[in-house]
Amino acid sequence: MKRRTLLTLSAGAAAGAALAACGNDGPGGSSSSGGGSASYWSLSGEPGEPVRKAAIDRFNKANPNSKITPTFFQNDAYKPKIKTALGANQAPTLIWGWGGGGLKSYVEAGQVEDLTDFFAKDAALKGKILPGSFGAATVNGKIYAMPVETVQPIVLYYNKKIFEQVGVSAPQSYGDILDLIPKFNAKGIAPFSLAGQSRWTNMMWLEFMLDRNAGSEVFDNVFAGKAGAWSDPAVLDMLTKVQDLVKANAFQKGFASTAADTNADQALLYTGKAAMMVHGSWSYGIQKANGGSFVKDGGLGWMNFPPIDGGKGDPSNTVGNPGQYLSISSKATDADKETAKKFFSTTLVDDEEKAGWVKSGGVPVLTNSESLFTGDEAQFLKDMSSISANAKTFAQSWDQALSPTAAEVLLDNIAKLFQLQVSPQQWVDNMNGVIGK
Amino acid sequence: MTSLAPPVVRGQEPTRSSGGRSGSVLVWMALPAFVMFVFFGIIPLFGVVALSFATWNGISPEIKLTGLDSWTAALTNPNLPNALWVTFLIMALSWLVQTPLSILIGTFMARQSRYRGFLAVLYFIPLLLSSAAIAITYKSLLDPNFGLGAGLGVEALNQNWLGEASLAIATLIFVVSWQFIPFHSLIYQGAVRQIPASMYEAAQIDGAGRMRQFFSITLPQLKYTIITSSTLMVVGSLTFFDLIWVLTAGGPGDSTRALAVQMYQLGFQASLMGPASAIAVILVLVGLGLSLLLRRIGGRADQSQLEGA
Repeated sequence: MKRRTLLTLSAGAAAGAALAACGNDGPGGSSSSGGGSASYWSLSGEPGEPVRKAAIDRFNKANPNSKITPTFFQNDAYKPKIKTALGANQAPTLIWGWGGGGLKSYVEAGQVEDLTDFFAKDAALKGKILPGSFGAATVNGKIYAMPVETVQPIVLYYNKKIFEQVGVSAPQSYGDILDLIPKFNAKGIAPFSLAGQSRWTNMMWLEFMLDRNAGSEVFDNVFAGKAGAWSDPAVLDMLTKVQDLVKANAFQKGFASTAADTNADQALLYTGKAAMMVHGSWSYGIQKANGGSFVKDGGLGWMNFPPIDGGKGDPSNTVGNPGQYLSISSKATDADKETAKKFFSTTLVDDEEKAGWVKSGGVPVLTNSESLFTGDEAQFLKDMSSISANAKTFAQSWDQALSPTAAEVLLDNIAKLFQLQVSPQQWVDNMNGVIGK
Repeated sequence: MTSLAPPVVRGQEPTRSSGGRSGSVLVWMALPAFVMFVFFGIIPLFGVVALSFATWNGISPEIKLTGLDSWTAALTNPNLPNALWVTFLIMALSWLVQTPLSILIGTFMARQSRYRGFLAVLYFIPLLLSSAAIAITYKSLLDPNFGLGAGLGVEALNQNWLGEASLAIATLIFVVSWQFIPFHSLIYQGAVRQIPASMYEAAQIDGAGRMRQFFSITLPQLKYTIITSSTLMVVGSLTFFDLIWVLTAGGPGDSTRALAVQMYQLGFQASLMGPASAIAVILVLVGLGLSLLLRRIGGRADQSQLEGA
């Protein structure tokens, strides 16, 4: 009896404390008199967080009457967090996201402000942003988010020092990659680093393998909700190739338990335990921040994913995030919305913002940033910019393009594919089952 | 685990105290717990039951009542059989590992001596840590590329602990046991100390050795404690989420995806709150059923165990 009472009491106290915390911390929090006070949620960590923080500091300094309060979360934790907050009407004023299917679900729930008029009235503002970035911000012909931050194609990174040490050169084709795998394995170096626990990391592989094999049409059909769109022989071929990679030990030992949120996959590459990695352009900033002098000494190489022999896809195609997106909560007060819009039209398109993202190793979504590509990052930025600009198709990451429900089934099946738990045919059948959902 | 396990026990409190001696005092003492339980246990439970008959994506202000649709979706989900299997596997294995070890450690610590007291303090350290902290620590230690094995150059430690299906389950059971054995040892320690010394003295006079004393006196006397501790373990194992989530996120593939993880993925990642709530209801029912069953096995609590003491 005694022990139970003690347990209940302590549970009660904890719950009470949690309640009290809720009362104070609700992000919808009351706005101070006068100007609006917008809350802002985004992702933590290098390279983005310092640039985001700097933008908010700049805005708060320039607008003493209004205040934006930021909160930062880890990537994988942020995704469910923001959904829960939206459902509980506790959303921040400024909702950071990836556009696409996620944004569409917010729009359908009436949670985000229609910004079509806002951009129509301010042509100068719209002109400052790359037009290609608006695609994933547009739902049913209306704009619901402002493209911000950077254009992020996914590229193939490689550790030049390891390549030199093993005496091989960078792959020019998928065939070269297959030849490299046994050579690295023989030296005890993992050919590829992959954070398999995070699942979307495995998905980047599939995105390129499918595009290079079959072109961008297959996923376009899936996205359009066409029945049986995955039943293309090129898909089966691609899935078989992926499983062959797993069987050939193309990925580091224990890749299924490596999580991207801890940047362990990046560490494998810059510590030379892995030779190559398929990852987003933001990885450059992480490796620069965490890898000591690795990037500075020219240890990091990069290229667009090479073509697959006999594949139908255009080798200029790329996949990734055409931008990051900020939406305004429809539940925010008018004053808070005004603050948010002012943030959009002033700070987020100013020169410091542009310079900040360039310095972090990213290509800004803002126009005319090429002149800033100087110094250490110049080559990387020029390459990312040209990969994005010259891509015949810049496809959006699948899990962001699809609805959350379909994306979850996709990620689940991708994880099982890499574990050899499902056969390519089962994968296709499972995925055909959720098309259009 | 402990945060969700107690309510099942706690729920019985009002009925127990009503049969009690100094009624009004006990009612007042139970009241805070009861109010908390109603607010944070019963009311959300009804909410979840209601949601399981609805369709909601977690974001939309509109919650549509759709009858049994969510139940059908949850029960026909191809991932359900595996999730059930993993849940029961974790339950059975963690019980099998934790119970004998907890009884042994509890019995060991029950004897008063200085070095045992010191060891007892060491045993309790895991009890002070949160599941997330434990999971992060073990995840780092067991990393095949940067973990203990790679760092010390010990090849035997350098297994694919969390990246291979059967090893991942085994590792999970190990971490769970590491975390909760201290708690159960504490229960057993208290219970062993309550066994009258006269029993052991009598046994000694009859010439019973240490082993015989343990199996003929200690173990039978611990019967109700074993049932209490098993109930906490079994019901608690249904709610393992944080540890699994941080350690493996249900992976590799779906080999550690227990019901609670499946519920989270459906609800918060796939935005299917209806089917997720249906799984939550299943979890509650299974938990209640198991704790009732364990009480039944335990027999009536008013039976005396002290014959001959």
